[in-house]
Amino acid sequence: MQSPAVLRSLLRAKDRMDAASHEEWSVQRLAEVSGISQAHFARSFKQAFGIPPHRYLLTRRIERATALLRDTDLPITEIAFQTGWQSLGTFGRIFRDITGESPSESRVRMRATARGLEQVPGCYLGAAQRPDLTTAVLEKRRRAAPGINRSHP
Amino acid sequence: MNQGVETAGLYVRDQDEALAFYVEKVGFRVHTDVRNGDYRWLTVQHPEEPLFQLGLFKPGPPMLDAATAQAVQAIVAKGAMPPLVLAVADCRAAYERMRAAGVEFTQEPTERYGAVDASFRDPSGNGWKMIGRSSH
Repeated sequence: MQSPAVLRSLLRAKDRMDAASHEEWSVQRLAEVSGISQAHFARSFKQAFGIPPHRYLLTRRIERATALLRDTDLPITEIAFQTGWQSLGTFGRIFRDITGESPSESRVRMRATARGLEQVPGCYLGAAQRPDLTTAVLEKRRRAAPGINRSHP
Repeated sequence: MNQGVETAGLYVRDQDEALAFYVEKVGFRVHTDVRNGDYRWLTVQHPEEPLFQLGLFKPGPPMLDAATAQAVQAIVAKGAMPPLVLAVADCRAAYERMRAAGVEFTQEPTERYGAVDASFRDPSGNGWKMIGRSSH
């Protein structure tokens, strides 16, 4: 089992991604935050939190984009840039891969169903709607399209 | 008598460290600090909340065996314990004061839903949301 001291350091890296998920988080930067060697960081993070660091970052970006779609009237392009994507196309594709719907479809659906959640602190509400990325995005896309990329026997 | 929740506790990795953190940095005061052998019952209290005590407990014997204590420490250090919410009059002022005292903030004061909130962690990994309750 990982020691509490190491886990607390890894949590610091996770906290930093939470605080600024729109920023670029290289393994080098995360390793520096946590004081863990680059060689060990990604594996240690996955062992601690069950998900690789880059994939965790994606879930946070999608969570934040989801909240902005629901709670603001910002254009989708603006939301893409605010949540850390370099291009609208990449944002739309990954958003759909993860959530199963496009950002605009998501906005329409959430606005039709939300209300009465004012008593829950916003961060916990956001976390409850965080996508559960137990598989890699590419793997998810592959499964969704069984005719494509079927493995060669 | 007053009925209701009187004490709820946190698991901490070191009680002296937790005591210093919650008293000197957050602004609580000690309510009870008694020992029986290696066991230490330690609670702190918010100065405006005389009916509630926050326990600062170290997982270990005689309540927990060593392996369980280690597992609990790991869960705390991973930030996996349940949410804690601290209400303050002025979130930005509390943030400035606590940050100057050395509190590790994980989110700067942010305005949303008409209130300002920030997040911090104690040395063990317990995470707090701090919400300004006054409207300004």
